Amino acid sequence: MSTSSTFTASPFVGKTFGITVAKLNKKFGRTTVLRDIDLEVKPGEIFCIMGPSGSGKTVLLKHIAGLETATSGEVRIGEYDAADPETRNKVHLALVFQAGALFNSLSVYDNLALYPREHRECNEAGIRERVMHALAILSLEKSANKFPSDLSGGMKKRVAIARALVMEPQMLLYDEPTSELDPVMSATLTEIIATLREQTAVTSVVVTHDRDLAFNIADRMAFVMDGRIRGIGKPADFKNPTDPVIANFLNPVIDLKNPRFKQLENSHE
Amino acid sequence: MNHLTTIVGHIGGTLLLLVRSIKFIGTLPRQRARFIEQCYLIGYTSLPIVTILSFFIGSVLALQSGYSMENFGAKQFIGTLVGLTMARELGPVMVAILIAGRVGSAITAELASMKVYQEIDALTTMNIPPERMLVLPRLAAIVVMMPVLAIIANLCGWYGGALVCEYTHSISVDSESYFTALKEFMKPHDVTDGLIKAEVFGFVIVLVCSYIGLNTRGGPREIGASVTKAVVTSLILILVLDYFVTKALLMS
Ligand SMILES: Nc1ncnc2c1ncn2[C@@H]1O[C@H](COP(=O)(O)OP(=O)(O)O)[C@@H](O)[C@H]1O
Ligand SMILES: [Mg+2]
Repeated sequence: MSTSSTFTASPFVGKTFGITVAKLNKKFGRTTVLRDIDLEVKPGEIFCIMGPSGSGKTVLLKHIAGLETATSGEVRIGEYDAADPETRNKVHLALVFQAGALFNSLSVYDNLALYPREHRECNEAGIRERVMHALAILSLEKSANKFPSDLSGGMKKRVAIARALVMEPQMLLYDEPTSELDPVMSATLTEIIATLREQTAVTSVVVTHDRDLAFNIADRMAFVMDGRIRGIGKPADFKNPTDPVIANFLNPVIDLKNPRFKQLENSHE
Repeated sequence: MNHLTTIVGHIGGTLLLLVRSIKFIGTLPRQRARFIEQCYLIGYTSLPIVTILSFFIGSVLALQSGYSMENFGAKQFIGTLVGLTMARELGPVMVAILIAGRVGSAITAELASMKVYQEIDALTTMNIPPERMLVLPRLAAIVVMMPVLAIIANLCGWYGGALVCEYTHSISVDSESYFTALKEFMKPHDVTDGLIKAEVFGFVIVLVCSYIGLNTRGGPREIGASVTKAVVTSLILILVLDYFVTKALLMS
């Protein structure tokens, strides 16, 4: 496909950041959500995080984005503390939220234009070019004037991705980017993530359930289960995983006569 | 004790929000569009209800005072009474209560929904301070619109009173002597004191409602809870502040 042809270089290009998570623990009240997370993402790397829902992937991503503060341990982006608001002036970071987090009072076009406008990166004509380019990549040109409430879940997700692209970030965090996308759009996103890395050396962290996506693009990947890192390594290491839990997560056995659900059948009688 | 620390925490948080918003005052010229939009939402759309309510409050005031002042033969002072009461007390307080119900609730609902649906988080990761984009334009708009609304409330109340005096058989004070009495015993500072009060109320309402909205936690249900909290807090603050501001103004 020729969709993801060129991205304008980020003004901060040439500077990429790695991520260091050290002994990260997070509690909400009495429930512990993250336990002793240690991981390192190298500058320019594509790092995928997989794991069952409720295992703490979103919370981990929010710590990297500086939206949550650790109960103990630390998260660093390059040499900066991720939890320090000042870091946002040093590192251009974009987060594609799981539910999109689009601005409901703004049209799709204005959602994308907000970042360059607020940061006065270029004039309206330049912004228009950037926005239309990002919309074109995600086949959203026709939706430019729609409002988020008029979009389907998958379209919101695409707008959220386009909004992140317009920011031309040095670090891109995706929270289940393909969860609501059709197979063609998922493929496009796979291409976008790979192309971005090649052209702008952006560091990407992708939280996903999508095995194809992860195994296609990841330089390295980690499995988070119950708030802990269960395994970390190159995709090749997980082609035939030795850990039975990871193996079952990646290739769940479907038993159409699972005894666990006997009860359900009986209750119908 | 626990309650007290929570309240102190909220007061601190509100003041911090104020400082963080005012810090961006230099960005107001380029946020013109947002400022004008908020002036429209806060001021223009409140005009009909402010006009109607203050007109009737002025009328009732004239009616009641006409009834009671008749006995003292003090009917010629109805204009003074309505004029002073509207300007010093009822105009500002009534406008503030309306603003708390119409504008304060809307601000809290909007910001709380942005918080719950992670739009505020999105702004934060985009390095766009919510204080700059969401709070400052609203504060600026209320500062401009509050005196305008209070002046309109005063005028409508005064004319409402005048109409009642002229056309109520038992009162029948013609508007000329009504307005003469109003002008004779009112000083400019009676009007400006009222405007200062309105300004204080409006500013506090917008600040507190913004704070409560931005600090909403949890799911969509909490949006409604925040709105209720914001309106109730605003109403309490209006009446408590009313006492202290009035006292301060009377002493100065
Ligand atoms: N703000 C919060 N307050 C309390 N618990 C939370 C909060 N955010 C997440 N959790 C809990 O943390 C756990 C992990 O959530 P999350 O990171 O969203 O999972 P996922 O891996 O599916 O993204 C869940 O049990 C969730 O209930
Ligand atoms: Mg999640």
